[in-house]
Amino acid sequence: MTESMNNQNELPESVSASSPRTHSIDISSLTRGDHQLNIENEKIALNVNDLRLSYGEKEALHGVNMKIPQKRVTAFIGPSGCGKSTLLRCFNRMNDLVDGVNIQGQVLLEDQNIYDRKVEVADLRRRVGMVFQKPNPFPKSIYENVAYGLRIQGINKKRVLDETVEWSLRSAALWDEVKDRLNDSALGLSGGQQQRLVIARTVAVKPEVLLLDEPASALDPLSTLKIEELIHQLKDDYTIVIVTHNMQQAARVSDYTAFMYMGDLVEFGDTDSLFTNPVKQQTEDYITGRYG
Amino acid sequence: MRVSVKKWFNNGDPYVWINAGAVAISMVMVFGLLALIASRGLVHFWAHDVVQAEVEAKNGQVYPIIGELVESEMVSAVQLRDAGYTVPDNAEYMQRNLMKIGNRDITGADFRWVLDASLTKRSYPEDIVVMERREWGNFYGYLKQVKEGDVLIAEGRAAWDEFQARIDRALDIYTEIHDIEKGEIGAINSGMERLRLKQRGYELKGTATAENLLAIKEDRALLDATYQQLQAQLIGLYEKINRDQVVVANMDGTEINVDLAKIVRAYKPNAMSIADKIGFYISKFYEFVSDEPREANTEGGIFPAIFGTVLMVIIMSIIVTPFGVVAAVYLREYANQGAITRIIRIAVNNLAGVPSIVYGVFGLGFFIYFVGSGIDQALFPEALPSPTFGTGGLLWASITLAILTLPVVIVATEEGLSRIPRSIREGSLALGATKAETLWRVILPMASPAMMTGVILAIARAAGEVAPLMLVGVVKLAPSLPLDGNYPYLHLDQKFMHLGFHIYDVGFQSPNVEAARPLVYATSFLLVVVIALLNLSAVSIRNRLREKYKALEM
Ligand SMILES: Nc1ncnc2c1ncn2[C@@H]1O[C@H](COP(=O)(O)OP(=O)(O)OP(=O)(O)O)[C@@H](O)[C@H]1O
Ligand SMILES: [Mg+2]
Repeated sequence: MTESMNNQNELPESVSASSPRTHSIDISSLTRGDHQLNIENEKIALNVNDLRLSYGEKEALHGVNMKIPQKRVTAFIGPSGCGKSTLLRCFNRMNDLVDGVNIQGQVLLEDQNIYDRKVEVADLRRRVGMVFQKPNPFPKSIYENVAYGLRIQGINKKRVLDETVEWSLRSAALWDEVKDRLNDSALGLSGGQQQRLVIARTVAVKPEVLLLDEPASALDPLSTLKIEELIHQLKDDYTIVIVTHNMQQAARVSDYTAFMYMGDLVEFGDTDSLFTNPVKQQTEDYITGRYG
Repeated sequence: MRVSVKKWFNNGDPYVWINAGAVAISMVMVFGLLALIASRGLVHFWAHDVVQAEVEAKNGQVYPIIGELVESEMVSAVQLRDAGYTVPDNAEYMQRNLMKIGNRDITGADFRWVLDASLTKRSYPEDIVVMERREWGNFYGYLKQVKEGDVLIAEGRAAWDEFQARIDRALDIYTEIHDIEKGEIGAINSGMERLRLKQRGYELKGTATAENLLAIKEDRALLDATYQQLQAQLIGLYEKINRDQVVVANMDGTEINVDLAKIVRAYKPNAMSIADKIGFYISKFYEFVSDEPREANTEGGIFPAIFGTVLMVIIMSIIVTPFGVVAAVYLREYANQGAITRIIRIAVNNLAGVPSIVYGVFGLGFFIYFVGSGIDQALFPEALPSPTFGTGGLLWASITLAILTLPVVIVATEEGLSRIPRSIREGSLALGATKAETLWRVILPMASPAMMTGVILAIARAAGEVAPLMLVGVVKLAPSLPLDGNYPYLHLDQKFMHLGFHIYDVGFQSPNVEAARPLVYATSFLLVVVIALLNLSAVSIRNRLREKYKALEM
């Protein structure tokens, strides 16, 4: 945790025209360590067993099996409508809110099936945080947005809140930009800032798993870059699952990648192998841009 | 340059014109109405010049007249001739003036129609005095003497200043008397009443022990002592206030005595400058909005009615808002969105169209006769057979209007809830908030401007409603305000006055139609102003909320 805070200083705070250097990222430095990744050696955060989901009559996931490794970044890629968001939203039971949804199978979080009757959904969502495609800050102050999750938990001590807000905003690389206007409305922030604010808000409750559904799709390249660097930092402390349409992004930020197609998990493996040496023909077609 | 009609139609110009025309017509109607009631009502407080003249009666007899010209109209000569007036042969129409002549105690009526032509030798003498009296309306005439009992104090020119000074003194004493009677003696009466009820309560419960009765007796003795003291004080004050009289002469020179205690104000309109008149106008208008009514509501102020209207609307809002919001939240957030919910929603929407008198009947039957008498049996048996809540009152009126306006609040709140983007709800839920927490911390604050819209509409509707109120607690004259210094301070069971009903009463139930007419306009104007103010305050609250929770456009 301290490491991620120290890294803070290395983040670009603003980019002037004279220093376009920061637009490009050295992928090797961001993604992989020196050792070869292997799912067999990983601790598993989420274990998905034969997960089936249908919206009314229509089945959107046809039995998905996968293991999401702990403290790694796992990317979901696949053509539009293949079920990436649906699968992601299964991990914190967001799909429960949809009328007429029917879910079968298991998702184990530390050997506990999250669809078990005993599970408190609110507790689960505290442990499995989610950031949505479009930034959705509450119409409250920046401070109150970040403190929201804590207040829900009944934490109202000013000192604790102050500390957590600052720490979360630093983690989301937003502190320097907003520290002087914490009491201004969050709606006054730019889209990229709002998205980082939402990440900060999610990080503030210290979840174990962080689900990101196309977090950068509505953002400009610079904000995207910041978010990607952020993901890279957060990975030391959180299990991250990210949905993205951007193949380069998946390659840049993720350790593992899952390719989905029409409600099936087609291929899952470490990002390097999947991109350079896909096993399935469908995967190869997709990443080489032949369809999707 | 010729533009084809088709082209003109297609480019949309006609629709713009039609829309603009419709807007213009609405504006003209609204402002025309406001201007009409304002002008008719507000001139009433101006100190009009008073004319002294001679008027020729039908039988040719000539007698003097003093009064204000109020209005004039043209009447056909035939009609006048039939009525027995002598009318010149060539005349087709003749002007007829309505004069306010006052002196009702002498002439029997305050107003008289006179033919313009028969009004001769008009003059505006500066020393004509108008006296507003607590009884018998205005007096027009001349001041002769100021007297203390039989002792002459001042006469002629000097009398006027002496008169004014003594009126001020009398008014001060009057205020003192009024304060004691309404305030302290009112408090004693309410204390006595409570003691009586307490004793009766003991008797009913069978706890009327000697001890309890003694305590009551002591309390009563205490109140009695204070009362005697106040009574003595009052007697003194009455003696003081009855000290002075004036001798005034009316139009034909007959002299009469008037007690100064019965005079509200006296002025010489013909001698007043414009600045004087403006000052007079302001004081008259202030009296109108701040004073109690006199003389069957045709004189004095309408403060109790303003107060009653505002208080009732506020209580109504306090009742209707939580109910409407809870109902809307349930319908929108918790109920299954099935056929039943749809039917309920339609029913709620249709409730808004039920005529208000129906709500009045419902309020009378259900709240007053059923709930009210039930409450009386259970909680106020000692007061029976005289009802406490089993009769119309502030509470029942407010609740009846709350039911009347409930649909508006429900519909507006539901509308607001449905506009809140799903992503905001999901954002809150994803942070581990329960549905209730999400509602409470995010959704309801964001929907609050919509709720305020509902409340604004409710206020607009409730403040102007009269028909149901006549059944559930509004009266033409309430002895005291429903909010005062006597325990329990807010008297929800009391009957109250209301501007809307006041208009009806003054306009259509008044024995003195001519005197009441300008008051109808003035009261209407004030009602509109009160509603506008209530609405504006609600709108400003809403705008503040909107500012806070703006940007729903995600
Ligand atoms: N609330 C819903 N009700 C009914 N069907 C839904 C719902 N949400 C998603 N679906 C369907 O489920 C399938 C998977 O949708 P999902 O949103 O998971 O796709 P996705 O992979 O995230 O696509 P995209 O990349 O465009 O976001 C789609 O066919 C979609 O139409
Ligand atoms: Mg999606």
